[in-house]
Amino acid sequence: MKTYLPPKFLVERDLERCIKCEVCVNQCSFDNHYYDAEDDEMKSRTENCAGCHRCVTFCPTGALTVRRNPLEYRDNYNWRPEYIEDIIKQAETGSILLTGMGNDKGQRIYWDHLVLNASQVTNPSIDPLREPMELTTFLGGKPDRLELDADRKLKTKLTPQVRLEVPVMFAAMSYGAVSLNVHQSLARAATEMGTLWNTGEGGLHPTLYKYGKNTIVQVASGRFGVHPEYLDTARVVEIKIGQGAKPGIGGHLPGEKVSAEVSTTRMIPQGTDALSPAPQHDIYSIEDLAQLVYALKEATHYQKPVSVKIAAVHNSAAIASGMVRAGADIIVLDGLRGATGAAPKVIRDNVGIPIELALASVDSRLRQEGIRNRASIVISGGIRGSADVAKAVALGADAVYIGTAALIALGCRLCQQCHTGKCAWGICTSDLFLSKRINPEIGARRLANLLRGWSLELKEMLGGMGINALESLRGNRLALRGVGLNENELDTLGVRMAGS
Amino acid sequence: MKDLDRIQNPYRDDKVIDACSIFGMMDTSGKRFSGKDIIRAIANMHDRGNGLGGGFAVYGLYPDYADRYAFHIMYLTKKGQEEVESLLRKKFHLIHQEEIPTQPTPAITDPPAVWRYFLEINELKPEGKSDDDYVVEQVMNINTQLQDAFVFSSGKNMGAFKGVGYPEDIAEYFCLEQYEGYLWTAHGRFPTNSPGWWGGAHPFCILDWTVVHNGEISSYGINRRYLEQYGYHCTMQTDTEVVAYAVDLLIRKHNLPVEIAARVLAAPLWSDIERRPPAEQELLRTLRQVYGSLLLNGPFTVIIAHHGEMIGLTDRIRLRPLTVGTKGSMLYLSSEESAIRLVCPDLDDAWIPAGGEPIIGSLQAPIKVDVEEMVAHAH
Repeated sequence: MKTYLPPKFLVERDLERCIKCEVCVNQCSFDNHYYDAEDDEMKSRTENCAGCHRCVTFCPTGALTVRRNPLEYRDNYNWRPEYIEDIIKQAETGSILLTGMGNDKGQRIYWDHLVLNASQVTNPSIDPLREPMELTTFLGGKPDRLELDADRKLKTKLTPQVRLEVPVMFAAMSYGAVSLNVHQSLARAATEMGTLWNTGEGGLHPTLYKYGKNTIVQVASGRFGVHPEYLDTARVVEIKIGQGAKPGIGGHLPGEKVSAEVSTTRMIPQGTDALSPAPQHDIYSIEDLAQLVYALKEATHYQKPVSVKIAAVHNSAAIASGMVRAGADIIVLDGLRGATGAAPKVIRDNVGIPIELALASVDSRLRQEGIRNRASIVISGGIRGSADVAKAVALGADAVYIGTAALIALGCRLCQQCHTGKCAWGICTSDLFLSKRINPEIGARRLANLLRGWSLELKEMLGGMGINALESLRGNRLALRGVGLNENELDTLGVRMAGS
Repeated sequence: MKDLDRIQNPYRDDKVIDACSIFGMMDTSGKRFSGKDIIRAIANMHDRGNGLGGGFAVYGLYPDYADRYAFHIMYLTKKGQEEVESLLRKKFHLIHQEEIPTQPTPAITDPPAVWRYFLEINELKPEGKSDDDYVVEQVMNINTQLQDAFVFSSGKNMGAFKGVGYPEDIAEYFCLEQYEGYLWTAHGRFPTNSPGWWGGAHPFCILDWTVVHNGEISSYGINRRYLEQYGYHCTMQTDTEVVAYAVDLLIRKHNLPVEIAARVLAAPLWSDIERRPPAEQELLRTLRQVYGSLLLNGPFTVIIAHHGEMIGLTDRIRLRPLTVGTKGSMLYLSSEESAIRLVCPDLDDAWIPAGGEPIIGSLQAPIKVDVEEMVAHAH
C-alpha cells in the first residue's frame, strides 16, 4: 500500500560543504542517507528521517541541517496534523500506534507555574561557596519518635536507610530496552556521585553486580531476572506496579531485542518476546501487595528498604496511603510525563495525572493521616532540571528519579523512536553495531557531570533561601508561590499565590 | 472561633517576622533575686526593638502557691473575663485570683486587664490524661476559641509579663522590680509585619516552658507541617511558637534530654557527625534522620526556660548573636555582651558559644564556685 504519510522532516545538504565522506550514511540507523555511486552524489530518503540529529552532530563539515517539513495543511484547530497523520497510519496498519519517550502534549506543566523564594533583609542568604550546604538525604521509613535508654543510648533501631549525596536517582530503564553500555554508564555515574540507579525489570547483567551498593533492582509483573543473588546484591528492592508513561499497561520487549545476553539476564529463551503482564498477577489488592512487600523483606532479611512504584493516577493519595500501610519504605510516583521504551501512544498521552499534583496530594494525605514519616516519597516523570528538583522537594518529595534527562545527557534527542530498536545514538537498542556508540566511560562522565551541575545549582537555590540543609526545604511549601494558577490548583498544590 | 491569624498577622503573611533583643539570667544555686538587673540589661539594648513588644518570664515567682498552676490571662473586655472565669471555675478548683498590680506608665497606652489565677486540677480531668496535657488543652481552648482573652502563661511557680511597648516600659507598668525569681528572661521586639498586640509579645509560653527568640526561621513551613502531624496547631504564626512546640514535643512528650533536643533544633553538619566516635555518630545520625523536619534552619537565637533550667541556643552557623557570661553561680545569656557587663562588670568568664552549641544553666548542676580562687582573686 502506498503510504499517504508526508515526511516529517527535510534533510538539507550544503553541497559546497559536503565531502561525500559517508559519515551520515554510517551514522543514520533509519536508512535516510545514501551514496548514489552512479551520480556520485549523496542523497536522502527524507521520509525516513526521525529528527534525531545523529548525522547533523557527526557530519565533519557541518553540511547537514534538518528542518521540519514546511508542508502546510489548511488551518483546523480540531484536525491538527498529528491527528490527521495518526489516522493515516492506522488506516494503513490497522494497529495500535506505538511510540517511545514521554507524553509530548500540552497538559499544564506545574513546575513552570511555581517560583521559589529567596532571603532579603530579615534573614541572610547563605553563600554555598563559603558555607557548608547539605544535600544529603536518607531514604527509608522513619519512626515517629526516638527512645533512649537511661544511659542516653539509642533504644530505637531504624529500618534500613539509604544515603544519597544528591537527591536525584536514575529511573528504571531495563536492560533490553536500553543497552548494556547505558546500564554501565548509569551504574558508574551513580556510584561516583553517591546516588542510585535502577535496573528496571530486565534483571541485572552479571558484570554490573559490583555496582550493587548503588543499585535498585526491580521486581515487576514479568519477574524477569529475579533470583536470590539479584535481590542480595541490591541496595533497594523496588516493586513496580505501574509506570507514568503507561499506567495500567504491561510491557512487551519484542523477541528481536532478546539477544543472547539479554536472554541470560532476563532468564528467558533467546528470541522470545518478553511479556510483562499489565497487573502483577499475585497482586489484585492491597493485602496482596503487603504480602509481596514482606516476602521481599523476608528474602532480604530486612536489610534493604522495599520501594513500591505506581503511576500517578486519580486516587494516588488513597493508594499511597495503602502502600505505606502495606509496609513500603519508599513510595515512587511516576507522573503523566514519565517516559518509556515503548507504549501505546493513546495511553502515553491520555492516562495519568501531572506529577506535581499527585505529589502534593500524596504528601498532604500522608501527613493528615500521620504516616508521612513511615515512608520516603520519590517522584519521577518529566524532571528537566535542578529547579524542578527543588520545587519537587518543596512540595514534599524526598528525592526524584530522572530517566529522560539522563538519556539526553547520553545523547538522546527525544525523537521518540525507542520502540523501533533503531536508536541512532545507541541508547535504546540491543543492536550491537548501534549500542557500542555509547562508551560507558564517557557516558558515566556525562551523567556525573549532569548531577554535579544540578547539585551546585540546588545549593545555590537553598543558600538563596537562607537554609543550608535540604531537609529544611523538604515539604516546606512556603518556599513556593504559584503564578497563573487558579484557586483549586493552588489549593491542591498547597501553595499560595505569588504576591500574597 | 477566634481569628488569631487576623489579630496577630493581619496581612496574612507566611508568618510573623521579627527581630529582637533577648536576655536571660539565672542563679544556678536557686537563690531568688529581683527584676532590677534584667530590666536595666534589656533596656540597654533598646535599639534592637521598636516598641511593639516587650516581655519577661520569671521562675520561682510564686513560692506561696508553688504547687498550683499559675495562669496569667489578658482580657480585652469584661465579657471576655466573665467567659474565661466561668470556664476556669468549671475546669479547675480556683484557689486564688487577683488583678496583677500595675502602675500608670506614660508609654503604655490602652492596656488590657491582666489577671492571675492559681488553679488546681479538678475531677473533670479525664482518666488517663496527664495534668499537663489537661492544662494545655484548656489554654489552647481559651486562646483559640474564646474572644477577647489570651493566656500569657500557665506554669507552676512562674509567670510571664508582656505587652506592647519597650521592655523597660512593660517592666515599669507591671512593677517588675518588686518581684523575685531565680531565673529571668526578657525580650524586646522588632516585628516587621505585625501591628503588635499584647498576646503576640514574647515570651511565648506553654505550661512552664517559655521561649524568647530572636530570628527568622526559614524552615518554618516544614517545621510547622511536621508539628501538625503531632497535633500542634500553630495559631500564632510565629517562629517562636514553632520553637516552643518543638521543645515540648521533644522534651516533654518524647522524653529527650535537653542537650539531645538541642541537637535536633541545631543539628551538627553531616560532615561533623562523621568525625564523632561510632556510638555518638549513630545517635546524631539517627536523630537527624528521624527529626530532620524539626531542624530550625535560618538565623535564630533562643533562650528556652522551664523550671530549673535555662538553655541558650543559636542556629548551627550562628547567624544571630549570643553571648554567655558567668559570675559565681550566675549564668547570663544576652544578645549583646554590653548588656551583661552593665549589670555585672566583673564577670568570671564571658564567651561566644559556637553555632548550635547549647548553653545550659541548671539547678541540678549549678555552676561550681571555686571559693579559694575567688578569695585569691579578691586579694
